[in-house]
Amino acid sequence: MKIPYYPGCTLNTVAKGFDTSARVSAVLLGFELKELGQWNCCGATFPLTPDNVMGLTAPTKVLVNAKKEGDTVTTLCSVCYNVLKRTNKLVRDNKEKRSVINNFIEEEYDGSLNVIHFLEILRDKIGFDKVKAAVRRPLKGIKAGAYYGCMLLRPFEDIGIDKAEGPTIFEDLLKALGCEPMEFPNKIECCGAHLAMGNEDVVTKLSGNVLSSAKNKGAEILVTSCPLCQYNLEKSQKRMEGSAGGTQMPILYFTQLLGLALGQDEGTLGLDKNLFDVRPLLKAKGV
Amino acid sequence: MPRIGVFVCQCGTNIASTVDTKKVAEEMAKIPGVVYTGDYKFMCSAPGQDNLKEIVKEHKLDGVIVSACSPHMHEKTFRKACEAAGLNPYKCEITNIREQCSWVHHDPTKTAGTAKSIDLTRMTIERLKKNKSLSKIKIPIKKKALVIGGGIAGIQAALDIAEGGRQVILVEREPSIGGNMAKLSETFPTMDCSQCIMTPKMVEASLNENIKILTWSEVEKVDGYIGNFTVQIRKKARYVNEDLCNGCGLCIEKCPFKATSEFEMGMSQRKVIYTPFPQAVPNIPVIDAANCPKIQKDKCGACAIVCGPKCIDFKQQDTVITEDVGAIIVATGYQLMPNERFGEYGYGKIKDVISGLQFERLASASGPTGGEIRRPSDGKTPKNVVFIQCVGSRDEKKGVSYCSKICCMYTAKHTMLYKHKVHDGQSYVFYMDIRAGGKRYEEFVRRAIEHDGAMYLRGRVSRVYEKDGKVIVQGADTLSGNQVEIEADMVVLATAIVSKEGADTMAQKLGIGYDKYKFYNEYHPKLKPVETVTAGIYLAGTCVGPMDIPDSVSMGSAAASKVLALFSNDQMARETITANVNRVTCNACWDCLVACPYTAIEKEEVKNRQGAVIRMLARVNEGVCQGCGVCVAVCRSKSIDLRGYTDEQVYAAINAF
Repeated sequence: MKIPYYPGCTLNTVAKGFDTSARVSAVLLGFELKELGQWNCCGATFPLTPDNVMGLTAPTKVLVNAKKEGDTVTTLCSVCYNVLKRTNKLVRDNKEKRSVINNFIEEEYDGSLNVIHFLEILRDKIGFDKVKAAVRRPLKGIKAGAYYGCMLLRPFEDIGIDKAEGPTIFEDLLKALGCEPMEFPNKIECCGAHLAMGNEDVVTKLSGNVLSSAKNKGAEILVTSCPLCQYNLEKSQKRMEGSAGGTQMPILYFTQLLGLALGQDEGTLGLDKNLFDVRPLLKAKGV
Repeated sequence: MPRIGVFVCQCGTNIASTVDTKKVAEEMAKIPGVVYTGDYKFMCSAPGQDNLKEIVKEHKLDGVIVSACSPHMHEKTFRKACEAAGLNPYKCEITNIREQCSWVHHDPTKTAGTAKSIDLTRMTIERLKKNKSLSKIKIPIKKKALVIGGGIAGIQAALDIAEGGRQVILVEREPSIGGNMAKLSETFPTMDCSQCIMTPKMVEASLNENIKILTWSEVEKVDGYIGNFTVQIRKKARYVNEDLCNGCGLCIEKCPFKATSEFEMGMSQRKVIYTPFPQAVPNIPVIDAANCPKIQKDKCGACAIVCGPKCIDFKQQDTVITEDVGAIIVATGYQLMPNERFGEYGYGKIKDVISGLQFERLASASGPTGGEIRRPSDGKTPKNVVFIQCVGSRDEKKGVSYCSKICCMYTAKHTMLYKHKVHDGQSYVFYMDIRAGGKRYEEFVRRAIEHDGAMYLRGRVSRVYEKDGKVIVQGADTLSGNQVEIEADMVVLATAIVSKEGADTMAQKLGIGYDKYKFYNEYHPKLKPVETVTAGIYLAGTCVGPMDIPDSVSMGSAAASKVLALFSNDQMARETITANVNRVTCNACWDCLVACPYTAIEKEEVKNRQGAVIRMLARVNEGVCQGCGVCVAVCRSKSIDLRGYTDEQVYAAINAF
């Protein structure tokens, strides 16, 4: 099974480990992520003002290119997923906007593509029970907090991958990998997102809340599907280093854990790129 | 040859300013069969009517046309006048030359208005020539009422009808009457104890000889029409013989098994043989069969051993009884929207997040804590309580778009009850708007805020979660523009009121309408608020929509007065404009049966002399038919006609145009 795959800019640069770990895990699970022949930035934000069609041209171009390779496109980054899925729905449902965008980019796209997240492949196409059966190195005893952030879940009507309040898709995966998922109240709170550009204090506060909330509930690591969340959570810990309430928690992409559990060589998972290394913890737990 | 009289009304200048009424009258005189024409200033006035009567007699008219205003205005008036003059009222027809002609013309030369009036009147004349004499339908009335639902609205309705000397059957699906009101602690705005004002009414209903109470029973089937309904009621197996039981309660005392109490909203346990609450009416226990080891596994049977009058019967089965009634009042009440729908508030996960009805039980002297406010998780007295309003109400995305109406008031009441019981406690209320319309309601809310120190915060709550034994509430205070975080001990949700489970199937059994929220539709929201489109079925209480106790009681009484008015006659006269099946051409395709919105079409069996069914026919139940004409439109073999609106009449009118 080959699934057309849109990596997005971040996975090509600072989140390389997210990309490589997903590709090797896919192979171990019997399918291939086939990178689109041609792709551009998704735009990284979904325009919230209704008349801003300009912001929709970039993601529509991505969809046009994806459509050439099949009826489905998958992605890993929560933001790319959010932008592509919402744009696709808007182009499909809003005839007026569709024709404006198509006229501008000189394409004919109708929104017929199916945009899915890598998690959906694992859950719906492979099945978590099959994933569990493929695990060679169960991550026994690893207390992992599933951090969803905002983009993977909201708005529910447009995304619908899981319940916006009280989602469980991450926890279900973590259980399949042998981890002990730790429920914590801030798992769907914002990390501070793009405020990392100009207002680091807000990011430090919000990410700090996520981290302390997870730590209080016993989590040893956090798992995410968003490079921006990963960055904010790591950087906030660096900024708070030494201060009261500071934490030293490894922040991993879910595919890195998946690769580990499937028995993939640690070197290909980009674990060394993470600011807080998970390997000592693995050793301590005897995994 | 018919003898028709045409009366053209000037309606002061309403018609005469754009229609030459004299010319209309003259033109009509030329039509064959018209023996009298004339115009008059005000036909509806007393002299106008007297004039009409005299002319009918003088010219021996057998048909009358009044060209005047809409038939909605004065059709009845003129038909009555004709009847007084010895004419069949259905031989009188109205031409609308005011609303549909003179009022829409402005031309002072009167050309167009006059021409149109002539056309319209001529059409009516040709139609009238095909009119037949009809008579009103008389229906006998069974003077006994059925009230479905034993909450406050149903009890009030039953009491009022019984007071009027008529018999009532009160059906309730729970083991006791009382409904939701029996669960409340105090009631706004007077703060009188709900049970203290409720239980006397319940007892009164049980003692009234005209009221037959059937609890643990459900209406299964409704047939018939106004004055003549046949209702099948399922009496669910109680496993206790109601005739023998003296309500001593020994069986409850000795029962060794427990289950979750529905009445206490899951906050305490009850025995497996139980009455829902101490003041239950009737005071006869019921066995919860699903949890009873005797019924499930033939073990125990302690209740049967201790019972003095030997009324426990583990073999009891459901029974279906049939009752004939003349009118039905539907008072099936409401329930709360499931709180689990709102994951952000943590209901169901966090023990100390409860619903408003659960708080009522906590505050009630007969509740699980004996009236002390103690939180469910550890039984401690909460010092900070957050009340969240509009949980699901006014929330199109996740809940319902309407306002549940009573939550602003009961939340204010909750803060007061809490303050009166926990003096050093602080309550916080998150609200959208305070809607306190009602007598002494606004003052009540002000008292909660100013006297009892409730902290009202205008804004929504984004998340509720547990932290170190506290319930953390994150929200916005939009008046100060700040985000707020409250470390609460308990959170109370003012959950949206929704229609009762199964409200739609009940409506289908009754043949009444309901909206998209499954609340029942009134005949007219303002002018016929307790009637339904189905004659003889009336509404009361929260099955119509969210309302408070005073409104429910008023509606119960209003519905009862409608029933008593109906029962004050032995027979009921109904408008004769009903559908009529041609028994020769009907081929029993049942398109009409499917199309009829009033379930007035029945299947009739035609039998030969040996009693074998040889064919089927559609039959119109004239008691139910409202004369809407839908069946006429769908009938493929043109076998249905509407009396007084036959195809023949309509074609005659069109041909005359």
